[in-house]
Amino acid sequence: MTMAEPVGGRFGDFGGRYVPEPLVPACEELEAAFRSAWADEGFRGELNQLLADYAGRPSPLTECHRLSEDMGLRLLLKREDLNHTGSHKINNVLGQTLLAVRMGKTRLVAETGAGQHGVATATAAALLGLECVVYMGEVDMERQALNVFRMQLLGAEVRSAVSGSRTLKDAINEAMRDWVATVESSHYCLGSVMGPHPYPWMVRELHRVIGDEAREQCRQLLGSDPDVVTACVGGGSNAIGIFSGFVDGDAALVGVEPAGGAAIGRGVPGVVHGSKSFLMQDEHGQVLEAESISAGLDYPGIGPEHSHLAAIGRARYESVTDDEVVAAFELLSRTEGIIPALEPAHALAWVSRARGELAGKSVLLNLSGRGDKDVDQMMGRLAVDASANGDDGRSG
Amino acid sequence: MSTEPGALEAALRARRSQGGKAMVPYLTGGLGDWQAGLAAAADAGADAIEVGIPFSDPVIDGPVIQEANDRALADGITPLAVLDELGRLDIGVPLAVMTYYNIVFRFGLERFASVLAERGVAAAILPDLPLEEAGPWAEAADAAGVETVLLAAPTASDERLGRICSRTRGFVYGVGLLGVTGVRDELASSAVVMAGRLKQMTDVPVLVGVGVGTPEQAEEVCRVADGAVVGSAVVRRMMDGGPAAVGELVGRFRKALD
Repeated sequence: MTMAEPVGGRFGDFGGRYVPEPLVPACEELEAAFRSAWADEGFRGELNQLLADYAGRPSPLTECHRLSEDMGLRLLLKREDLNHTGSHKINNVLGQTLLAVRMGKTRLVAETGAGQHGVATATAAALLGLECVVYMGEVDMERQALNVFRMQLLGAEVRSAVSGSRTLKDAINEAMRDWVATVESSHYCLGSVMGPHPYPWMVRELHRVIGDEAREQCRQLLGSDPDVVTACVGGGSNAIGIFSGFVDGDAALVGVEPAGGAAIGRGVPGVVHGSKSFLMQDEHGQVLEAESISAGLDYPGIGPEHSHLAAIGRARYESVTDDEVVAAFELLSRTEGIIPALEPAHALAWVSRARGELAGKSVLLNLSGRGDKDVDQMMGRLAVDASANGDDGRSG
Repeated sequence: MSTEPGALEAALRARRSQGGKAMVPYLTGGLGDWQAGLAAAADAGADAIEVGIPFSDPVIDGPVIQEANDRALADGITPLAVLDELGRLDIGVPLAVMTYYNIVFRFGLERFASVLAERGVAAAILPDLPLEEAGPWAEAADAAGVETVLLAAPTASDERLGRICSRTRGFVYGVGLLGVTGVRDELASSAVVMAGRLKQMTDVPVLVGVGVGTPEQAEEVCRVADGAVVGSAVVRRMMDGGPAAVGELVGRFRKALD
């Protein structure tokens, strides 16, 4: 199979365009504009230039020699953490911001969970001279105060979402409400492969570069595709990006969800934020609040293409606990000298747990972001863990 | 496709044929003594009433209706409880439920449509189910004799408005402005424009809502529209003053439109 344009905005039974009527023409306009831009060599050239000269692509592939030996497998990291702004989010944002300019929009609206997408959007807005408003859950603003300040430094206005669980899903609600009111001048720069058509398709295409590069790099290093490709999944953009390079091959694709936000692991099909997909909800259809250590994965839904890949059996989805994530965060820091963001630490936590099953195999992990933003939170958590263990913090 | 208008459309057409304008208030199901609120609204001259079934993520709603949703959900209201209660009440005017599509999807489309019909609810309004996605629900609703009210927005082309007008049942819900539900100081000029565009292309009753918050604004938009839907202003009254205050406010809208 290949990842083509979804027919009628649907990936099998999932996807669609479930938005308030005022937004339908905007989605249609965006779909047409993206299709035209994506077929335009001038646009592609301009984007590729920015990805190279500004974002620092291609991102390297790093083989983890020490960790591989410890685990009895061959672990390769796709280093999206080394992109400008510290995560894969910049790929999507540069594309959407160029598109917004091409469409004559003067203002970007975005949601953010951990702040990575918000920082990336604020960055692109500064680069291309657009106004930028980022919605962020009040709880996340506390957890990720550093990223709030970063966005402000970059000239964006950060507005807190105070409804519901005050996390990512509520930030999306607020961003959609803003977009309904400002649709004529604003582009909604959605940060994942979710939302109404064309977003899941468009955002995947903008992250496809991760998978395309990684496949080439793996072929040079291994002479073939890796046996397993894994990535963390909240909405699922970094996972779709890397999967897209391997979906038509033989590599096993494994998405890793947080146990507290496992849309595929614990959800059933539903419709929220513009598309039909797996969704954590109660028996009445009320959306549940996700809870995990990672603000970037605290989302009760998942992009519709992941639901489709799960439904047809092309990808499988595992979940890991916060404790496993913390252990993986420390493991990569100490063994390889790479402090990962908590989000990709989920994928590493699964690799670590599944090392028996993965013995002798080559495993490509998308290291979607760096951990600087999480250091403050982890300092608090690890100090608490240490005192609970009667540890003075100097040993180990 | 049914040719006989349903109960909601019949009531709105009757009002129009008498030379009148329709007043349709909105109340959130499960919010305080909402049953008495519905009765007060009907007694005060509502032509029909929209009853919200609370949803956790109401993306087209502003702060007032969000708060009402949150309060009702915190009190444990469920979709079926709202519908069962509507079946027990005898309000005397047609009722339409307003909710988001996931509630209906989770309930089951056919089951939701048949429960509406059994409980005597005339119509459903699902603001995140636009024309292109409405097919499966609209078929189930048609089969059960439930009217599906579609929204029409200022951003739509005339061609799109035409398709919406031919698929809507009950009335066509003109969105008065680009924005979420809520009361504004002035009626947006887009509300009157919206009403005019719709009136030019359909004989189905044209009601305008979103941003119609005072009797004066309702009167202004109804110089062109066949009626007004008033949500946040009514819900605010319900939260601040209870059913009697709702009756008083609906009465003032009624007077302004007569």
